[in-house]
Amino acid sequence: MAGHEHHHPDHDEHSELSETEIRVRALQSVLAQKGYVDPAALDVIVDTYQTKIGPRNGALVVAKSWTDPQFREWLLRDATAAISSLGYTGRQGEHMVAVENTDAVHNMVVCTLCSCYPWPVLGLPPVWYKSAPYRSRAVRDPRGVLADFGLQLPETTEVRVWDSTAEVRYLVVPQRPKGTDHLDEAQLAELVTRDSMIGTGLPRQP
Amino acid sequence: MSYVTHADLGGRTGFGRVVPEDENEGFHEAWEPLALAITVAMGATGSWTIDQSRAARETLPDYLQLGYYQIWIGALEKLMLERGLVTEQEIAQAQVLQPAKPLARVLRAADTPAALARGSATDRPDARVQVAFNVGDRVRTRSHEVPHHTRLPGYARGKVGTIERVHGPHVFADTSGQGLGEHPQPLYTVVFDGRELWGDDAAPGLRVSIDAWQPYLEAA
Repeated sequence: MAGHEHHHPDHDEHSELSETEIRVRALQSVLAQKGYVDPAALDVIVDTYQTKIGPRNGALVVAKSWTDPQFREWLLRDATAAISSLGYTGRQGEHMVAVENTDAVHNMVVCTLCSCYPWPVLGLPPVWYKSAPYRSRAVRDPRGVLADFGLQLPETTEVRVWDSTAEVRYLVVPQRPKGTDHLDEAQLAELVTRDSMIGTGLPRQP
Repeated sequence: MSYVTHADLGGRTGFGRVVPEDENEGFHEAWEPLALAITVAMGATGSWTIDQSRAARETLPDYLQLGYYQIWIGALEKLMLERGLVTEQEIAQAQVLQPAKPLARVLRAADTPAALARGSATDRPDARVQVAFNVGDRVRTRSHEVPHHTRLPGYARGKVGTIERVHGPHVFADTSGQGLGEHPQPLYTVVFDGRELWGDDAAPGLRVSIDAWQPYLEAA
């Protein structure tokens, strides 16, 4: 991407660059010329978050916790170490805490102050997670937010919201769907959605 | 108060409904990956702390009108302009007009995977600080506003909660955000009953926690 031009000769009506795009490209050019950034490093960063780090990492962590009781115990006691043992470490996941959903408690994660999110296991946050509607309502009306996601929990389930106001990052461990005894870890991971690890969804049924 | 954050949104009303998004949707604009990359790469130069970068973002006057990566870029420009790393004219003309300033380090491509995988831990286990609270203790959060970056959300000011987890000393966002150093402080997860935060309007069974540094707390 760095240094490449993006011409779209067949789409002239869309070729006008937005003000933000012009500014970002100008910044990139000035920073590279000044030697503050290495254009090849920019490519590595983009590639990392586009192809290597995303919610499939977290799904594997959850699936393992469903099949391996020892790993589950470790994950709930020391999530940073347990997750790191699967190779998921680093930026915005330096201090991990895993919280488990049960019939009694449903966990949900938000950052009301910015967009803190566990990158190594979930990748970059979706737009709604960073948006004012989610950040304002998650701590006050979480059931209303869940309704926006089409999710209704039993009245008896306690909703427990974690506001990530420091550098601790939270991963929700959803409940394993019933009727999945015959599935292996990889098949189970496919049932684990990103939203189920934030707490705004449940895993898919097989 | 000369310091105004526009990012403290917890509990505010009137922003409408949440719009879910498919998890395979990535970036929404062609420039967003570049905005992410230059923000991460400039962060790695050590020219400011993550807390200073949050302070720069939350004080952008048009914060609520901007998309998230626009906020990042606005704050990145602000941080670099403040430090004289670039000038407004250079950005406007996409051209270098002033000599580069020396940086603590530059993130090279070969070092990037390791740097991303390492991250920047903020725990400081060796910091010599007195841990004042234990799991189960009742605490009241600070009730006054402060004229600088802080991570105690407005909705949780002056509220009584219970210490649920003790995380040990972490870099203190309030001093780090002002460029005044790390001053590690014990960090706790403090959980509040919904009724303590929202009164009788609170949804039954709701509990909400924040992560709070010791200076935000007193015994209750």
